[in-house]
Amino acid sequence: MWDHEIRAMVSTHAIIAASIVVATVVPAALVPDFSIYGTHLVWLYSVSGAVVAVSVAIFWLLGISPPTRKHSLGYKLSRLFRSCLYFFLSCLFFHTVVVLYGAPLIDSALETFSLAVLLSSLTTVRCLCVLGPNVQAWIRVFSRHGAMSVWDTCLQIMVALTVLGAWMGAFPIPLDWEKPWQVWPISCSLGAMLGYLSGLVVAPMWIHYNRKQLTYKCK
Amino acid sequence: MKVRSSTFASLILILEVLGVALFLRGFFPVPVKSSLSSKSRQNLPAEPLSVGSPNSSHIPQPLFKRVVIMLVDALREDFVFGANGRTYMPYTRHLVERGSTLSYVAKARIPTVTMPRIKALTTGSIPGFIDVVMNLNSPSLLEDNLIWQAKTAGKKMIFYGDETWVRLFPKHFMEYDGTTSFVSDYIEVDNNVTRHLDSTLKRDDWDILILHYLGLDHIGHISGPHSSMIQPKLLEMDDILKKIHAALISKEVEGSLPYLLVLCADHGMSETGSHGGSSEPEVNTPLVLISPAFKRKVEMEKPDEIEQVDLTPTLALALGLPISQNSVGRVIASVLEESSLRDQLRFLHLNGHQLSCLLKDSIPDYEKEAGFEQYRVAEKAHGSWVKRYLEGNVSEVLTNMGKKVLKQYLEALSAMSSALSKQLGKYDLYSMIAGMVFVFQSPLKISSTEWSLSELDVLLLAGTAGHTLSLAASSFVEEEHQTWYFLLSTLCLVVFQDVCRKYFREKRGPGGEEEVLPYKDNPKEELYSEKWLALATPPFVLLCCRLLRSLNQTGVQWAHLPDLGHWLNSSEHKLVLSLLSALCLVFIYFLIQRRCSLVSKVALALGLLGVYSYRSAVGNVLFPWQHSGRNMSKGIVEARFVYVFVLGILFTGTKDLLRSQIITADAKLKNRGLWEIYSGLVLLISLLFRPHNLPVLCSCLLVQTLMAQFIWKKLHYDAAQTTIMHYWFGQAFFYFQGNSNSISTVDISVWFVGLDNYIEAPAIFLTALSTYAGPLLWACHLVCYLSSERNRSPAAMGHGCYCLALLRSVPAAAYIVLVTVLRYHLFIWSVFSPKLLYEAMHLLLTAGVCLIFNTVEQSHTSAAA
Repeated sequence: MWDHEIRAMVSTHAIIAASIVVATVVPAALVPDFSIYGTHLVWLYSVSGAVVAVSVAIFWLLGISPPTRKHSLGYKLSRLFRSCLYFFLSCLFFHTVVVLYGAPLIDSALETFSLAVLLSSLTTVRCLCVLGPNVQAWIRVFSRHGAMSVWDTCLQIMVALTVLGAWMGAFPIPLDWEKPWQVWPISCSLGAMLGYLSGLVVAPMWIHYNRKQLTYKCK
Repeated sequence: MKVRSSTFASLILILEVLGVALFLRGFFPVPVKSSLSSKSRQNLPAEPLSVGSPNSSHIPQPLFKRVVIMLVDALREDFVFGANGRTYMPYTRHLVERGSTLSYVAKARIPTVTMPRIKALTTGSIPGFIDVVMNLNSPSLLEDNLIWQAKTAGKKMIFYGDETWVRLFPKHFMEYDGTTSFVSDYIEVDNNVTRHLDSTLKRDDWDILILHYLGLDHIGHISGPHSSMIQPKLLEMDDILKKIHAALISKEVEGSLPYLLVLCADHGMSETGSHGGSSEPEVNTPLVLISPAFKRKVEMEKPDEIEQVDLTPTLALALGLPISQNSVGRVIASVLEESSLRDQLRFLHLNGHQLSCLLKDSIPDYEKEAGFEQYRVAEKAHGSWVKRYLEGNVSEVLTNMGKKVLKQYLEALSAMSSALSKQLGKYDLYSMIAGMVFVFQSPLKISSTEWSLSELDVLLLAGTAGHTLSLAASSFVEEEHQTWYFLLSTLCLVVFQDVCRKYFREKRGPGGEEEVLPYKDNPKEELYSEKWLALATPPFVLLCCRLLRSLNQTGVQWAHLPDLGHWLNSSEHKLVLSLLSALCLVFIYFLIQRRCSLVSKVALALGLLGVYSYRSAVGNVLFPWQHSGRNMSKGIVEARFVYVFVLGILFTGTKDLLRSQIITADAKLKNRGLWEIYSGLVLLISLLFRPHNLPVLCSCLLVQTLMAQFIWKKLHYDAAQTTIMHYWFGQAFFYFQGNSNSISTVDISVWFVGLDNYIEAPAIFLTALSTYAGPLLWACHLVCYLSSERNRSPAAMGHGCYCLALLRSVPAAAYIVLVTVLRYHLFIWSVFSPKLLYEAMHLLLTAGVCLIFNTVEQSHTSAAA
């Protein structure tokens, strides 16, 4: 039924995954002493940047973003501005939540904020791409039976898995193994990344196998 | 008729408590004991193959004439040997570096608590873990020990210091002065020891002088190892050591045996200033032996590590006494180095013989032990060496051979000693398994209830299961508070999502299909404000929890980080602490007075006032019209004043309860009774909590009120969900108040709230109450809440009780299995056993709460009938 869309989704996800791999490999050539643990923040920002750039480009090319009614430049600019604002707000939101979870308030604020940026670029950017800067639509998608298209379902799965990954990434922190990846926020950002990558794989598969059960109201 | 579920659950919990008790009995091993009746004269073994010689079965001449043992409670190894040693104890440090001394780092075994350590130092055995519980309540020591041996040998002993010694060794000392330990005093307690020194040191009529200084330990308990009070105290100790040393030197007579001055500690001090656990600073204690018999040092050497119990056989041999039967220590070879080779071998032989006897008694197949075999070989070689020696052989070869025997002996000793120490980790598997069977039939009998799973249910189930599983890792046990904080934050977020879903869907009007709108009659505005309050509650609770977790750093890895509690307790911030605690007490009053009767309200207000004046009397907080020159009292009067009101409120509450049950059958009266009992409990806990912990109590009440008002009632959570949330909150608050899974965080200052001296029963009760205040308050709140919600769901009480029993018994049962599986784990004594004690205690308390549930529910049914 949605074969076409699922195929588009698989190729999109393949491109995003490839971009993540590239964003991990390329800095190794450019930055001296690059490693995921040692220069974690460099890796983190490079991956976030890659994911943001590729997602925005692909979703714009595919035309999944909600159609804009007006085509004036001013409207587009305001949309762009609002999107940036939302992205920044979501960074702040994630930062607050992480601090409430027990991250130190002042000591490693930069690390915590970087984690928030990563989480935002993995989740919020996709929301912005699929739904646009529209809070009503976000609330609709994230309430219980609110998905209205394959892309909405995919978005739900991706966001849930990413957040879950980051959540589970916090588990090994108290262990006394003294491994390099137990340093804050490496395990959490790796968890989020793994969650996102598994979301890239799981979402199309899940939709494919459950396509009989999926019914969308307004489709 | 079916048995009511709550009755059933409480019965099962009681069974489980019994099972755990049985398990504990098997788990904590009986210490290694020699089969000889205690203190019977043991026959000393003859020197091998020297039957003809005259003094063969005697101990060689003592090495020292007089011994002074200066024991400084909680003296950490780095206070003497560390970088600060030069400024803390300059004279001692100078002796260690340049004097004729021997220095060691003596490793104390857990539990690092004073009484077991004194027992270990005098008997040389390793007391069982359960001795912690008996600490401070010490009956006289019946085992064979050094002090008794010295007394039998006619040595004259003098003791000044901690009263525990006097109780352990009654009538052993020629002269003694015991000081009782009262934690807030750290000056008098030491002056009481030092005041005897001058006259005693001048006299010649004693052989052994033992001094036990408590002041340093008290400072540690009050303000930690980095406090500004530490340095003056250590300088004082250093001066005392200097004085003793000078006196001993002046008494020294040419030709007679030298003196020995021992500086040691019973245990160290953790980074927070307490002790009982097994962290490095708690375990490592300095041991400095000062005597002209030793070689003069030329520079600072890194001290060797020995076991604390090694001092016992060394002292015994050096004084010419038999080694105590149960000693597992091995003699410190370098102390004996200056005596003749023959004597050295003889000393080692005696030690080896004693250890091999103990080994024979405690291990069935002792002959297979490597150490025992080595000892036999060394003994044989020793025999042939003595034979040649007696023949008059004095060649180099003989010396070398003797050195070889010496080495063999030392190896044998260390092997036997470690075999014996390992023996202490043996368990009575039979009673453990019996206990486990008991425990296990309980959770199995509790049938699970069916839920249609929402996100919240998934989280609650996964969280409970995950926490149970996490107990298998020692780090997760040490840092259990992190698990609970993490789960609690997640819970708040999920609840927040539920609230959002409810109110936003409601707002969008026609879409709210399954939602019944119960507030249609309410005016619009009220609904609006209520909506925002409900939306604000979960973030507020999150914020509260985040603030509370920075109040007390607990656990192991991050316990050293600065926290608000330390900041508040430092003397510069006394004013802030006073204002904060006053504010908290006012808040507490306003939060709980709503549901009480007038009499209880007045009593509550006066009681809370009493709490504040108690704290100012003890010196924790400032009182506006306090005379500056007033002496610090123990606040006995004030505390008893509060106790009276606590009893009064509890009495009114019980009266209301009984009246509602017997006379009027009025549900309202009954709820009031329950709330009054609850407020009595709150008042008692606010008295026991240290002032910096009052915010914990305050926010506990605040969170309870808010959650009950806006979340549990409005979102129609069922009894099971409410119970699980209460349980999680209770666990988190247990850690918020600064507890951890190590024995050392138990706050023992509550022993003396309103009591002059240590009385066992109230002390245990008060400690349990103040330690488990969090879980207890939440469980009691659950009873009150479910009882007041009875109109909505009559079965809620039984259901809640069921869930609570299930929640407590499943982790306890799982933990017992884990401990059994991990019984040879490296951290079994330091991490898993204290947690086992905590679990057992918590289980007992929950059983008590379930019984209350039961009576309340019973009265419901009888009232309804």
